[in-house]
Amino acid sequence: MRSYGKLAEFELDVLKEVGNIGSGHAATALSTLLNRPVDMAVPKVSLVPFEEVAERAGGAEQLVVAVFLRVDGDAPGNLFYIMNPVAAKRLLRRLAAMEVEEDLEYSEMELSALSEIGNILAGSYLSSLADLTRLALSPSVPAVALDMAGAVLAYGLMQYGEMGDAALLVETRFQGDGEEIEGQFFLIPDPDSFPTLFRSLGVDVP
Amino acid sequence: MIQQPIVKVAMADLGVAVRGECIRTTGLGSCVGLTLYDAVRKIGGMAHVMLPDSSIAREFPFNRAKYADTAVPLLIEELEKAGARVERMNAKMAGGAQMFASLAQSDSLRIGPRNVESCALLLSRIGIPVVAEDTGGNYGRTIELDSETGILTIRSAQNGTKEL
Repeated sequence: MRSYGKLAEFELDVLKEVGNIGSGHAATALSTLLNRPVDMAVPKVSLVPFEEVAERAGGAEQLVVAVFLRVDGDAPGNLFYIMNPVAAKRLLRRLAAMEVEEDLEYSEMELSALSEIGNILAGSYLSSLADLTRLALSPSVPAVALDMAGAVLAYGLMQYGEMGDAALLVETRFQGDGEEIEGQFFLIPDPDSFPTLFRSLGVDVP
Repeated sequence: MIQQPIVKVAMADLGVAVRGECIRTTGLGSCVGLTLYDAVRKIGGMAHVMLPDSSIAREFPFNRAKYADTAVPLLIEELEKAGARVERMNAKMAGGAQMFASLAQSDSLRIGPRNVESCALLLSRIGIPVVAEDTGGNYGRTIELDSETGILTIRSAQNGTKEL
């Protein structure tokens, strides 16, 4: 197998487009839910050393709400939707009309609601990606955690662990008027998924 | 109070603390933080182990600190270089959680408990006693070993701080 670590510039651009399409649809979904504009930063695609992956979400000990979906099918991988816990509370108040306390305690009900919101966003991310690539991509049931970014994100790096000390991260960030809009998508395709992804997008793979 | 320097251990990394230094690693989820300590020489070592077994490695050469079966011998080597003796070492472990408990049906997703089992097996083969551990659960941990006292401090977001 060709090493995923030596992707050409145009291949990284193709993956940026993957992030763009996926999170573009997710942003539309969030915007529809909130009835407000949601902006999206230009996707970042790079091979990130394990230690730095958590830095991208605020640092290894930063408390985050993370919704995780394992993607099965033709191009398996891991998908995270990550929110700041304070912002996530605001999102709950706006979206689920839940009476929430402004602290970092989360009830089962609140986490479950966030999991569902993450699931809707991740679902639109993946379905647009599946439409674009014509690949079968099926997400697992979503799982949610409120914990240290390092601990949570390491879960998505295991497939890379046996191959090296870095993972290929497709990162997109939502922003807008209001903290509740802020969130990040981390798509981490399995190392073996790259040839399939590239082929499906018309890139010749040796 | 004099602030002692802190030796930082990254993911899939290991390190040694001497002369009252503290050594720490942050954000352990399914990874295991393994510490070895020689109380006579007051030398402590820590490994942030990510995977249970190097037989699955598809990289070459591979990072020995990443896999339980290679990290344990490497950590012992590094400690011995610093003057510790293996027969005086004791071990403590923390981490090995299942961060997303609802997804933990298949073996590949049981990575946390497997990391703990693998470290424990290696240590028992070598004959290093595990004197304390705080493993499992579904939450992340940050750990710090004080090479002066051998005390391991464990912090988590959900369950506060404890000392082993």
